[in-house]
Amino acid sequence: MNLMLATVVGVLYATGVYLVLRRSIVKLILGIGLLGNATNLLIFTIGDVSRAAPPIISDGDKTIAGEFANPIPQALILTAIVIGMAMLAYAVVLIKQAYQITHSDDIDVMKTTDVEA
Amino acid sequence: MIVISPILIPFVTAIVCIIFWGLPKVQRWISLLGSATALVFTLALFNQVNAVGIQTLAVGGWTAPFGIVLVADLLGSIMTIVTAFMGLMVAIYSLDDISDVLEENGYHSLFQFMLAGVSGSFLTGDLFNLFVWFEIMLISSFVMLSMTGGRAPIEGGVKYVIMNLISSSVFLAATGLVFGISGTVNMADLGNRLPEIAAENPVVVTSIAMLYVVSFGMKAALFPMFGWLPASYHTPPTAITTIFGALLTKVGVYALIRVFSLIFSAPEIISLAQIVLLVLAALTMVTGVFGAVAQYDFRRLLSFHIISQIGYLILGLGIFTVDSIAGTIYFMVHVILAKSALFLVSGIVEKMTGTYDLKKLGGFYNNNMALSMLFFIPAMALAGIPPLSGFWAKFAIVKAGLEAQQYAYVAVGLFVSVWTLYSMTKIWTYVFMRKRPEALQGNVTELESASFWIRWAPTIAIGVLTVVMGIWAGPLYDVATAAADQIMDPSIYITAVLGGS
Repeated sequence: MNLMLATVVGVLYATGVYLVLRRSIVKLILGIGLLGNATNLLIFTIGDVSRAAPPIISDGDKTIAGEFANPIPQALILTAIVIGMAMLAYAVVLIKQAYQITHSDDIDVMKTTDVEA
Repeated sequence: MIVISPILIPFVTAIVCIIFWGLPKVQRWISLLGSATALVFTLALFNQVNAVGIQTLAVGGWTAPFGIVLVADLLGSIMTIVTAFMGLMVAIYSLDDISDVLEENGYHSLFQFMLAGVSGSFLTGDLFNLFVWFEIMLISSFVMLSMTGGRAPIEGGVKYVIMNLISSSVFLAATGLVFGISGTVNMADLGNRLPEIAAENPVVVTSIAMLYVVSFGMKAALFPMFGWLPASYHTPPTAITTIFGALLTKVGVYALIRVFSLIFSAPEIISLAQIVLLVLAALTMVTGVFGAVAQYDFRRLLSFHIISQIGYLILGLGIFTVDSIAGTIYFMVHVILAKSALFLVSGIVEKMTGTYDLKKLGGFYNNNMALSMLFFIPAMALAGIPPLSGFWAKFAIVKAGLEAQQYAYVAVGLFVSVWTLYSMTKIWTYVFMRKRPEALQGNVTELESASFWIRWAPTIAIGVLTVVMGIWAGPLYDVATAAADQIMDPSIYITAVLGGS
């Protein structure tokens, strides 16, 4: 299971990086989305995916007996997913604005702020 | 409870501003009141930290290392004071600089949310929580940067947003890996555990440390990753440029200082990281200043200077002695003040003449001596002329560098210093000393009394502080040294957070 997830994370990172390096801003945004998902999956995999009991301490006990699933990575990912979604939503609106202004999908066209007028 | 006040006050102010959404005039007063209150509380916090020691707050009563903990040490509380002070100054300046349209679209609440994010980054004691504060700061800054609309802010915004999203992804991945090898994201707990893990497995830990260099380096605009900054910082109104230039890159530098002093301080890692940081610092200083020299836009020139000055901060971190860290802290406060004063002056010049283009400006020295001085003093402070703040800041870092025998990097720092002076004289010559081009002469609007004071008061206040930091350098530098002592002895931080084990 871990090996499969690790492969998926690797493929997602590779695809994400490839897309981020494209000149088209739409592909760029898709790439950033993939990078974010790769990262979330990475944290998920690090939490050691296993078929263990839920991490609930029964009444009267102070610790959990036996194997249990680590809840922290999931809490981290949940936060990261929500933030990532908000960021991506903003980025999508921004590139739509950029397209309306420049009439182009090409990041190389958008350099009026980088060259002397 | 006072530990959380620098975060809570801007946060509440922002929410109250949203409640008064339709009344921008009311929001102005709320924003001013909130900023002033925050400044008072940050000063009180610093006072307490200075007197009693590191203050901590376990949020929600979940004790460290299990819950999120807020930690105010000397460095953190100094940085929150600077944040609150700059917040108040720019909030005043915004009254004249920010158009009604932006105010109606929620400028004041965005501004306060950003301050909350910045203060949160300075106070959190939890790596993952640091990520969350970064994102709060970033999303507010994204909107503030592009809310003006038009070609330049949107194009600049695209680059700013993309680079920062990639940086956040790297940060998150690194934090996930740290959790994977240690089982904790609490910084103090990591400070306890990572040295052992690093001794066993230096390759993995060093790789993670380098991921942090990439991520925070992007946010701090370090050498190969600074392209987004000069592409975007000169596009929004000056008030927004000023607060961005003052705080956002410094959060990246602060985060680097924090992770390398507390978490990755094991000798196996830091010896390699020092080389990487020093090389990056040297390249950052040089490219930044040469970029600045080539510019003919007032704010673009200053934006490149931000990059160059970040190089000095990282140089101090790379030398990694108590003295150099103290120098870095002093330099950080100095550069925030000096650079902000220059940006505010650029806004005054633009308001009077309608342009930031150096080629279309001129003649201010003869017509407006006071404004010339308002530029001259922070500019000389930035270049490091005694007795102003920049001299002592550079002196401290250079001295620490010589003691640590990093001669080559010190030489680069001094070389760049000369070019800083050159680029400041460039603005000085073009905007102030020479005559304005014939066709444009007389094309100057004097400011009305209200907008004059709104723009001049914060600029004067910041300018005076650069002089104060020069004249009272002794006592202020002692504070920086005390802060550096805390930073370089992680056990103080760890004991304060986790208790005396």
